[in-house]
Amino acid sequence: MIEAQDLLLFKEIEQFVYREARLQDSHEYDAWEALWTDDGMYWIPANGDDIDPESQMSIIYDNRSRIALRIKQFHTGKRHTQTPRSRLCRVLSNVELLESTGNEYRVTANSMIFESNARGDTIWGARTEYLLRRESDALKMAKKKVMLSNNDKPLYTLSFLV
Amino acid sequence: MVTASEMVRTDSVHGALYSDEAIFQAELEKIWYRTWVYVGHVSEVPKPNDFVMKVLGPQQVLMTRDRKGEINLLLNRCAHRGNQLCMEQKGNRSSFTCPYHGWTFSNTGQLRGFPFASGYDGADRSKLGLGHVPRVAQYRGFVFGSFAAEGPSLEEHLGAARDALDRLCETSPSGEVEITAGFLQHRAKSNWKFLVENETDGYHPQFVHASIFSVAKSGIGELYGPQSTAVARDLGDGHTENDLRPEFRRIGKPMNWFGTNAERLPEYVASMKAAYGEERATQIMIDGTPHVMIFPNLFIAEIQIFVIQPLAANETVQHVTALQFKDAPDLNRRLRQQTMGSVGPAGFLLADDAEMYERTQRGVTGASKPEWNYLGRGLHRERRDENGFLVGDATDEVTSRGIWRHYRSLMEAG
Ligand code: FES
Ligand SMILES: [Fe+2]
Repeated sequence: MIEAQDLLLFKEIEQFVYREARLQDSHEYDAWEALWTDDGMYWIPANGDDIDPESQMSIIYDNRSRIALRIKQFHTGKRHTQTPRSRLCRVLSNVELLESTGNEYRVTANSMIFESNARGDTIWGARTEYLLRRESDALKMAKKKVMLSNNDKPLYTLSFLV
Repeated sequence: MVTASEMVRTDSVHGALYSDEAIFQAELEKIWYRTWVYVGHVSEVPKPNDFVMKVLGPQQVLMTRDRKGEINLLLNRCAHRGNQLCMEQKGNRSSFTCPYHGWTFSNTGQLRGFPFASGYDGADRSKLGLGHVPRVAQYRGFVFGSFAAEGPSLEEHLGAARDALDRLCETSPSGEVEITAGFLQHRAKSNWKFLVENETDGYHPQFVHASIFSVAKSGIGELYGPQSTAVARDLGDGHTENDLRPEFRRIGKPMNWFGTNAERLPEYVASMKAAYGEERATQIMIDGTPHVMIFPNLFIAEIQIFVIQPLAANETVQHVTALQFKDAPDLNRRLRQQTMGSVGPAGFLLADDAEMYERTQRGVTGASKPEWNYLGRGLHRERRDENGFLVGDATDEVTSRGIWRHYRSLMEAG
C-alpha cells in the first residue's frame, strides 16, 4: 500500500525535475548550476545509450568542474551559438521514481524539447535518468544522463542545457 | 554561364560557390568521386573479417578487412535491386546477406550466391558483385579511396601532407595512432568548403573562441595573434596547415602544446624517451602534433581528427573523434576528455565554429552583395619558406588561397 509519505516524496521529486526543466528553458544558468552536488556528473552519450564513457566519445561528459566551465562560458556573452539564446519550450513527462536507497533516488522522465534559433526550429526527444540526493534537507542532482533518441545520427549544434 | 573556376580569383571567391546546387553536383564529379578522399583508419578493422560503416562523400561505404587482411571499400547497395545491404555500424563477418531476396556477397564484394538459383540460369555471377571503390590505399594506417580507376597515387596526392602524418605518428611512442573512441557526428547547415577553410583559418580563433579561451585561461588564442611567430602554410595540392612549432619551440617546454607539462604524464614521457632517445623525444614533445587540413576532407587538429562529409550545397556533417596513441593510456584518457569538451554538437569550441559556418552560409545565400568574399589577408607579405612553400603570418589567409587554387585546378580539369 502506498503511504501518504511516499506520495509526498514523489511530489517533491516531480517538482524538482520540473524546476530543473524550467531553469534550462529560461537559461537561468546559476540557479541551474546550484542544483548540482559537488560530485555532479552530466552525461549525454553518443551512438547508443549504454556506451562506456571512459573509452568512447560522448556528446557531453562533464564532471562538476566542467559543468562550471560550461556555465562560465555562457556568462561571457560571447558563446556565439547562444547569442542570441535558443528559445526553448520543453515538456517533461513520465516521471517515475525507480528506486530509493537511503538519501538517494533514481528517477526517470521523458522530455520533448522545441528549440527555435537562427538556423530554424528543431525538436529534440530524450529519455532522462537522474540520480537525486538529499543534502541538508534539499534535493540535489548527482547525475543526469540524457539519452537523445537520435544520438546515433548527425546532430545539429546542441548548445543549450538539455 | 560563369563556371566555378571563373568564380575563384587570387584574392576573392564568389559567394555562389557555397550555395549553388549545380556547382555542388559538379564538385561531386570532379572532387569527391575523383580525387583521394579519406575514409577510415586500419585500427577500426583490426581483425580479419572486421567491418565498419564509413562514408565517402554522401555515400555509405563498408570498410572491410578480408580474410587475407586486405582493406576493401564496398558500396552499401545490393547488386540485385539496390537495397541497403548492411544496417550494422560495425562487426565481424565474412559475408553479407541481403534481407530483401537473400543474395549473399563476400566481404570483398563478390556475389557468392542467390536463392532459388535455377531462376538465374546463364547469369554471369562475376558481373553481379557489389560496387566498390576501385582504388584503396593507405598511408601510416590512414585509409583513402578514389573512385577514379586511374590517376595520381595516394603518395602523390598527399604530397607534403605526408610529412604531417609522419609527425603525427611520431608523437606516439609506438609510432602508431589509433581510432578507437567512436565518432561524434556534428551536422551544420553550411557548405563543406566553409568548414575546410575554417580548419586552417588562423584569423578566427581569438574572436570565435574568445569565450572559452577566457574562462579556461587557455593560451591557444595567443598562438593565433598578431604577435605570434606561428606560420600559416600552403603545402600545395590543397593541403594547408597552421604550423605552431615556432611558438612551441620559443617556449621550449615538453607537452606545452597539449596545455600540460611532462610531470603530469610520467608514463607517456618515459615511453617516448625509451622509443626515441632523450633528445629526440624531448624535441617531439616540444613540437607537438600537427594542425593540418588534408584536402578535401581530413582535418588533423592536434588531438582529434575531423572527417568532413558533404551532403548538399548547404548541408555538411563533421565526424570527429579523439586521436589515440597506441601504448599511451595515460595520454589517451586526456585526449578523449579534452576532445569531448571541445568538439561535437555541444563542444566549447566547435559549437561556435558551426555557428559561423551556418551564419556565413545564410549570408552568402540571403544577401546578394558584395558578391565576392575577400581572402586577401596577408597577400602583401606572403613568402616562400626554406622548403619553397608559401607561408604567411599566423592569421593570414594564405591557407584559404591555397585551398581555392587547388579547387580551381580540379574544377577546370576535363
Ligand atoms: S535487393 Fe538485395 S537480394 Fe534483392
Ligand atoms: Fe575554430
